Amino acid sequence: MGVRGLVPFCPWNWCLLLATLQCCGASSESNRSTDSSAQSELNVRFAAASSQPAEAISVFTLDYDYVQIPYEVTLWILLASLAKIGFHLNRRLPRLMPESCLLILVGALVGAVIFGTDHKSPPVMDSSIYFLYLLPPIVLESGYFMPTRPFFENLGSILWWAGLGALLNAFGIGLSLHLVCQVPAFGLGDVNLLQNLLFGSLMSAVDPVAVLAVFEEARVNEQLHMMIFGEALLNDGISVVLYNILIAFTKMHKFEGIEPVDILAGCARFIIVGCGGVFFGVIFGFISAFITRFTQNISAIEPLIVFMFSYVSYLVAETLYLSGILAITACAVTMKKYVEENVSQTSYTTIKYFMKMLSSVSETLIFIFMGVSTIGKNHEWNWAFICFTLVFCQIWRAISVFVLFYVSNQFRTFPFSVKDQCVIFYSGVRGAGSFSLAFLLPLSLFPRKKLFVTATLVVIYFTVFIQGITVGPLVRYLDVRKTNKKESINEELHARLMDHLKAGVEDVCGQWSHYQVRDKFKKFDHKYLRKILIRKNLPKSSLVSLYKKLEMKQAIEMVESGVLSSTNYSTPYQGCPRTKETKRLSPEDVESMRDILTRNMYQVRQRTLSYNKYNLQPQTSEKQAKEILIRRRNTFRESMKKGHSLPWGKPAGTKNIRYLSFPYSSPLPAGRDMKVAEFTDHDGSDSELPPITFSTHSPKESIQERRWAPEVIPMRSLHRAATPPHFGYRRNASREEHLGRGGRAILRPKPLFHAVDEEFESEEESEEEAPAFGSLLSSELRPGGDCNLSHSPLLQRK
Amino acid sequence: MPHDPPHSSPLWSSFKATPTAWGRSPSWGLPRLGPGCLTPLLSRHPLPRRAWILSPDEKVSQASLRRLYDRFQALDRTGKGYLSRLDLQQIGALAVNPLGDRIIDSFFPDGSLRLDFPGFVRVLAHFRPVDEEEEGNRDPKEPEPLNSRMNKLRFAFQLYDLDRDGKISRHEMLQALRLMVGVQVTEEQLESIADRTVQEADEDGDGAVSFLEFAKSLEKMNIEQKMSIRILK
Repeated sequence: MGVRGLVPFCPWNWCLLLATLQCCGASSESNRSTDSSAQSELNVRFAAASSQPAEAISVFTLDYDYVQIPYEVTLWILLASLAKIGFHLNRRLPRLMPESCLLILVGALVGAVIFGTDHKSPPVMDSSIYFLYLLPPIVLESGYFMPTRPFFENLGSILWWAGLGALLNAFGIGLSLHLVCQVPAFGLGDVNLLQNLLFGSLMSAVDPVAVLAVFEEARVNEQLHMMIFGEALLNDGISVVLYNILIAFTKMHKFEGIEPVDILAGCARFIIVGCGGVFFGVIFGFISAFITRFTQNISAIEPLIVFMFSYVSYLVAETLYLSGILAITACAVTMKKYVEENVSQTSYTTIKYFMKMLSSVSETLIFIFMGVSTIGKNHEWNWAFICFTLVFCQIWRAISVFVLFYVSNQFRTFPFSVKDQCVIFYSGVRGAGSFSLAFLLPLSLFPRKKLFVTATLVVIYFTVFIQGITVGPLVRYLDVRKTNKKESINEELHARLMDHLKAGVEDVCGQWSHYQVRDKFKKFDHKYLRKILIRKNLPKSSLVSLYKKLEMKQAIEMVESGVLSSTNYSTPYQGCPRTKETKRLSPEDVESMRDILTRNMYQVRQRTLSYNKYNLQPQTSEKQAKEILIRRRNTFRESMKKGHSLPWGKPAGTKNIRYLSFPYSSPLPAGRDMKVAEFTDHDGSDSELPPITFSTHSPKESIQERRWAPEVIPMRSLHRAATPPHFGYRRNASREEHLGRGGRAILRPKPLFHAVDEEFESEEESEEEAPAFGSLLSSELRPGGDCNLSHSPLLQRK
Repeated sequence: MPHDPPHSSPLWSSFKATPTAWGRSPSWGLPRLGPGCLTPLLSRHPLPRRAWILSPDEKVSQASLRRLYDRFQALDRTGKGYLSRLDLQQIGALAVNPLGDRIIDSFFPDGSLRLDFPGFVRVLAHFRPVDEEEEGNRDPKEPEPLNSRMNKLRFAFQLYDLDRDGKISRHEMLQALRLMVGVQVTEEQLESIADRTVQEADEDGDGAVSFLEFAKSLEKMNIEQKMSIRILK
């Protein structure tokens, strides 16, 4: 499968591989030559073979050793990136398997090349590299991209599941493997209990986020998404803490026996390490949030602050033997909320991308190290141990899922269904974390380290490839709504309407949690934290610019697409005029109609935005929100013009009558005007539409108006008002005025936002925009003095 | 709106007759629910006496009521004691809801401009999850509670039926489709989809979908779950 994706890039890949290969050859050769001319001051001589005197300055030298490690690492990353491009050029592949499959394949390829060329000293991962450089970015990324609100709403379940689940898995796998080791026939007698427990703890580090992208399509429900995300987030931390404690025990065990006191101390340590880590993380999170408050004049430094403080929190926690992983996670979670409000839009984007990039580099490297260690002679194959490991991993995951969720379901309003539990069970994919921990086992304490590494690799390959590829179909199969495709168009439409309705009403109610604690924190946050940590009179510069862009560009785009779409007669339905004889539509037509609906109906807003571990995708919800805003603004304008309070002809209220007298017109390029005129004329012939019930207009006219309402209003109004075209001047003036309005809206929103939209604060980008637009929108609708000012650059007239 | 606000006089006394109608647990007790019982909690505005006159079928729990009242006050930025359309339009997430305007409209039945707290609760009561136990104990002679399947359906239906003639005409269907479908779909496609949708549900051949036809077309769907919000329990 992966090969197909790689095909278009094969030449490139091969070039690179060749380059790597040659370099490897060169390096091994140069190593040899170094040995032969060990006395020479300059390391490698291109002309070493011709035994020139070392003192002469050679014209051309090659010093590969000097650059070897960064050079090879860079090439690996490049190779992985190119492979990723190939992977995503293929449309079907990303849906079929998680991207970690691809990374593993690339790793195996590099491993094969290194093994094949007998490369002497490839870069290797050691404990300090992993824990100090590779792990923090991965953890930081998942902490930072976690949707905060749903996480805290499900905190109880997540802690219960992620914490106890990891422990149950670790001890379950460890103890049951220990039982297997007692059987003399398997030849595992020298693997003692502690080693088994340690192995269990590293096997319990699952990486379920890797598969999230695969079943993103299936739109798993928010709670399930949160459980999987939360598990990924906390699991690493817990298994690493457990791993370190067990390593300490093993070291101790080498010299003396372990007493019950030590075990108690270990448990206490476990708690202290975890809580201490979180504590330091929160502290540093607040500090960095506080510092970003003052960066408005030097915004280039903002991303640096974020990254450095997260790293400092990690390092400080590690210095004190606390859990750095939990510290950096807590730091990211704490500061995100405030930092995002403080920093500029560009810094915000930078932070997001840089974070993704760093974590994906780390992970790529780990997978390549994994590939390198897969292909080699350092394996010990023991059928019994490996098979039992595989079986126990599955069994204990199943047990922990079903037992823990059975308990937590008793306390939940909306319990997890059996299907949800199956998905969670099946998402137990092991990843980079397990491998790294196994790879870093100290050989002195673990004589059978090779066996552990082999078993870990087998489990990783099995889960990533087999489970990773089948989890998508499984989710689709379990998802009933998708399986009974017998829905009628009516059901499809009404179901979506109800979803929107429900979402809307939920927004009206506001979200409240089940916990008093959260409400209390919110109050505290508003009263103190926000005042301390967030800039005053924060100019939402991004908001103005976005708003402007939205107005200018997207309105035009939408108008154009509207115009284009109605002239474009290549659509499947243009041949079906609304006449009696075409009433019988073939099933295929109905099918394709339903298809159009499913694909093009607006999605219900979600609080957990789609998350892809390897990529930052532009959120469709953002695009959709803008589209809806534009349309609503336009319809609103239309309705104001017509004297309706709302677009669908409710009786005009007293308040709205005031709008009737608004001057209304819009300057627009003349060319467009012509186009519209043409179309409206054309439209006029289309008069067999059924009458509708708007009292104020003749049916025909209002139909036309409706028809064009969402898209073409600006032009139509121009067309009708026949404004003399002073476009250049008008446009400029209007823009200025628009800016002025923007400014006013900016000064106003603070109290406005906070009264109602507290739950949107710094949630996600799109949500953050939403209230802003909402208030801009509404400030425009505000009756009173500023209402008869311009409404938009497109629709403006003094 | 199927339920007119109970503007008639001392409805409060009618509550005393049906204490269990109030909350899911009688232990919340009537005494605490008396008029103004929440005044100490609601510092901003002491509730007007009439604000607690609710019809018995709203059965929203007291905790929910209190939270809804908090929310109501938060929405009412200027402290005028009622909500206007503008207040609801300022909810950010609603601004990007394709049906935002219609949802707001459904809070203002019959073209009224003010939404008081009982009205607010009454609308939200449609979205209370259905409690089977409660359903079983219900006296068949009582009117259906607002959160019954039919009332939920009716609420959805009135989002389509703009002219309130009890029917979704082809044009109304088309308007709803326009709101909900992205710009990529052409007008022709939309029209034929609207045609098809009406045809599919229309049984008596009048070219429009009546409420019964609407309900019939959705009979397989789990409305109780689709139109329930858990926080309103």
